[in-house]
Amino acid sequence: MISLNINNKNYQVEVEEDVPLLWVIREYVRLTGTKFGCGIGECGSCTVHLDGEATPSCQITAKEAEGRKITTIEGLGDDHPVQLAWIEAEVPQCGYCQSGQIMQAAALLAANPHPGDDDIDHAMRGNSCRCGTYQRIRRAIHQAAEKSGQGGKS
Amino acid sequence: MNRISNCSRREFCKTGALLGGGLVLGFYLPEKLAGAAAEGPFIPNAFIRIKRDETVTIIINKSEMGQGVYTALPMLVAEELEADWQKIRIEAAPVDPAYNHTQWGIQGTGGSTSVRTSWEQLSRAGAAARIMLEKAAAAIWQEDAGSCRAEKGFVVHRDGSRRLSFGELAEKAAQLEVPQQVALKQPGDCKVLGTPQKRLDTPDKTNGKAIYGIDVMLPGLLTAVVARPPVFGGTVKGFDDSWARKVPGVKAVVQIDRGVAVVADHFPAAERGRRALKIGWDLGALARLDSNVQLQQYRQMAEKPGTVAAKRGDFAAALAGAARKIEADYHFPYLAHAPMEPLNCVADVRPDRCEIWVGTQLQTIDRDKAAAITGLPPEKVILHTTFLGCGFGRRAVADSHFVSEAVQIAKAMKAPVKVIWTREDDIRGGYYRPAACSVFAAGLGADGLPVALRQRIVCQSIVKGTPFEGGLLKNGIDETAVEGAADSPYEITDFLVEYHEAPAGVPVLWWRSVGHSHTAFAKECFIDELAHAARQDPYAYRRKLLANHPRQLGVLDLAARKAGWGQPGTAGAFHGIAVHESFGSHVAQVAEVSVTKKGSIKVHRVVCAVDCGRLVNPDTIEAQMESAIVFGLSAALHGQITFKGGRVQQSNFDNYRILGMDEMPQVEVYLVKSDEPPGGIGEPGVPPLAPAVANAFFAASGLRLRTLPMTPEAIKAAIRMV
Ligand code: FES
Ligand code: FES
Repeated sequence: MISLNINNKNYQVEVEEDVPLLWVIREYVRLTGTKFGCGIGECGSCTVHLDGEATPSCQITAKEAEGRKITTIEGLGDDHPVQLAWIEAEVPQCGYCQSGQIMQAAALLAANPHPGDDDIDHAMRGNSCRCGTYQRIRRAIHQAAEKSGQGGKS
Repeated sequence: MNRISNCSRREFCKTGALLGGGLVLGFYLPEKLAGAAAEGPFIPNAFIRIKRDETVTIIINKSEMGQGVYTALPMLVAEELEADWQKIRIEAAPVDPAYNHTQWGIQGTGGSTSVRTSWEQLSRAGAAARIMLEKAAAAIWQEDAGSCRAEKGFVVHRDGSRRLSFGELAEKAAQLEVPQQVALKQPGDCKVLGTPQKRLDTPDKTNGKAIYGIDVMLPGLLTAVVARPPVFGGTVKGFDDSWARKVPGVKAVVQIDRGVAVVADHFPAAERGRRALKIGWDLGALARLDSNVQLQQYRQMAEKPGTVAAKRGDFAAALAGAARKIEADYHFPYLAHAPMEPLNCVADVRPDRCEIWVGTQLQTIDRDKAAAITGLPPEKVILHTTFLGCGFGRRAVADSHFVSEAVQIAKAMKAPVKVIWTREDDIRGGYYRPAACSVFAAGLGADGLPVALRQRIVCQSIVKGTPFEGGLLKNGIDETAVEGAADSPYEITDFLVEYHEAPAGVPVLWWRSVGHSHTAFAKECFIDELAHAARQDPYAYRRKLLANHPRQLGVLDLAARKAGWGQPGTAGAFHGIAVHESFGSHVAQVAEVSVTKKGSIKVHRVVCAVDCGRLVNPDTIEAQMESAIVFGLSAALHGQITFKGGRVQQSNFDNYRILGMDEMPQVEVYLVKSDEPPGGIGEPGVPPLAPAVANAFFAASGLRLRTLPMTPEAIKAAIRMV
């Protein structure tokens, strides 16, 4: 039995300790907003926050996530500045990678409210988008930064 | 607000909730609802449902895979219906002949055809409904129908004193005859079409609520992974599943036509079970397949004349008289689609019915396959189309293999089963863009312009042996192998295109822009070579050869102008240009490229001009061009599937790389205003990208890259050749 705190709720999950957190979130807790894309830490579709830090959930085990504060896209709500900027800039196409992109961007802005293009490239580099929405992601991150009153620079 | 119901019912994936009694989905079944018309909803046709509560639901028969059909198609209806855009809801269509593709005779999405082939159908559907609503108001007011006009969800009377909402009119309108003759708006009268509209699916794609096939959860759902042969065409000789069955959570091991399935409570257990399987394979005829050898084979095949795909004049005679002769051969690898959402399918097979949840591009074919496997009549197979986490053609398979696997396993298990492909399964799973080779010979006249050109294309057939053969395989020529080459617009009087069908074996498929993905590269790089050989500016050279093609010239000029052709690029970068028509649209691109210290290509900027005829949602067109440029650049710089000992050498995104944020060029998209018939937008942005980059690389380095992808190793090899 593993106890996990996800989006401020406690879950007791009957699962083997070395199962990747991604699959616990998706199949046991059934929060399906967090996506499977590669399983090897290469695409970022599975990005969640662990104690506020963006982490590919396919790369850590359920056991390692115990006792930490896990936030998924569902825990971000509907009106986080990053989500609003995403809607404004019409970022998503197929949408599949976007939970991961948004979680990564939210963590970036929490750590660096004034990211420049290089900061964005660096932070978002591990989040693949097969639909190629990168230009709009960049735009949306700048927008979110500006909206939060901090003012972005590019 | 949720405006889309495909599978995105909230209760359906709620946190840890136990689900009872199956799913209630908002699907619309025409035959059932026809009888319910008297009770209120107004259903003038298969695409529109208007309820008393003012909701206008538009039923969409195309799959949303990012290309924006869940917004563009409702726009077509809303324009003629005069609906209030804010009240529009959409629903995924069930499988029914009413929802067949207007040209294919089956339900499906692909070939950048959705808007083009639905335009009239959906416009007429909207117009017919509007006329009925106007007549309903006229009847209620006892006025002449000509004095009643619909606008923004209401019918108003000319004198301005009366108005009734669509909801209020629904019941009355439902009793009226559906008009057979309707007139459509003139382009100048359109309010919705051609104006950027917010995509209806965006909110759910930013909060985790959009449901893709892989997200479908059902009570008692099991998860399966399939061990497939390590070599295409291989078969199972025998297997030992004793260890696999001992893995906690594994429920069963089932042999199916394409391999051995491990079925478990959850994905991780299924994966573990698969690793514990011991399978003896008969590897079959491709056990020695080697990409390097194949490349030589293709090159040799091209030595001989092939089947003629296009012919004008007398190539041989014109070449003999040419002032200068130029030859070149181009090579293209297999490519995987690598949709972001790995393939998957959920199936539930009961004695009396079968239900399927899947992100597919070919609903009818998949449904019929499930009917054949289960022995049920097709109408007892209910297929729910979810969102697709990319398609690019990978989810349009004539053999329905990813649906078929799930149905076979679910049938054996007598329980609902979700089959998930891992990324490794996907990259190694075949159905690739075929490898290809194009060999050119050309002659230039005294003015430097080509007087003779021959292109021989060697490529596997995609359509042979599929239901698409009838339409696309003509006189031994697979049109998908020669499109973009045989119909080249360059005016060359003595012109010949020949096709050699490469041996079948590796499963091949349409990959975003299909044949154009290689023919445009060959055509646009070779014309660049000719221009340089003639010491002429490649843009001006193209203009001379396209003098009678105003739409080609239009995009070419626009892209060149916006890019500042002829002036130095930003940060010392060099320009390359390409133009290509595909799927009814014309696209020109200028790439700005430099070479890094490490010897790799850096693309700084891409300027894209597109003429796709009449516009529906300009913002989506821009987004599709951005998308196509990234897709094209991933393939141009990184994409290749290669074989050694019959095995695919790539496995996941670490060695089948797709473009990342840090490689993203600045993209500028310019739309040509046009009243031409609408063209496609999902694919036409892909073909010109790679040649524009290769031509820019040539401008930067003097090196001609004729083999894709343009990796640092390929560049080194090109240097060695010099
Ligand atoms: S699924 Fe975790 S990084 Fe790709
Ligand atoms: S939006 Fe489709 S993969 Fe990113």
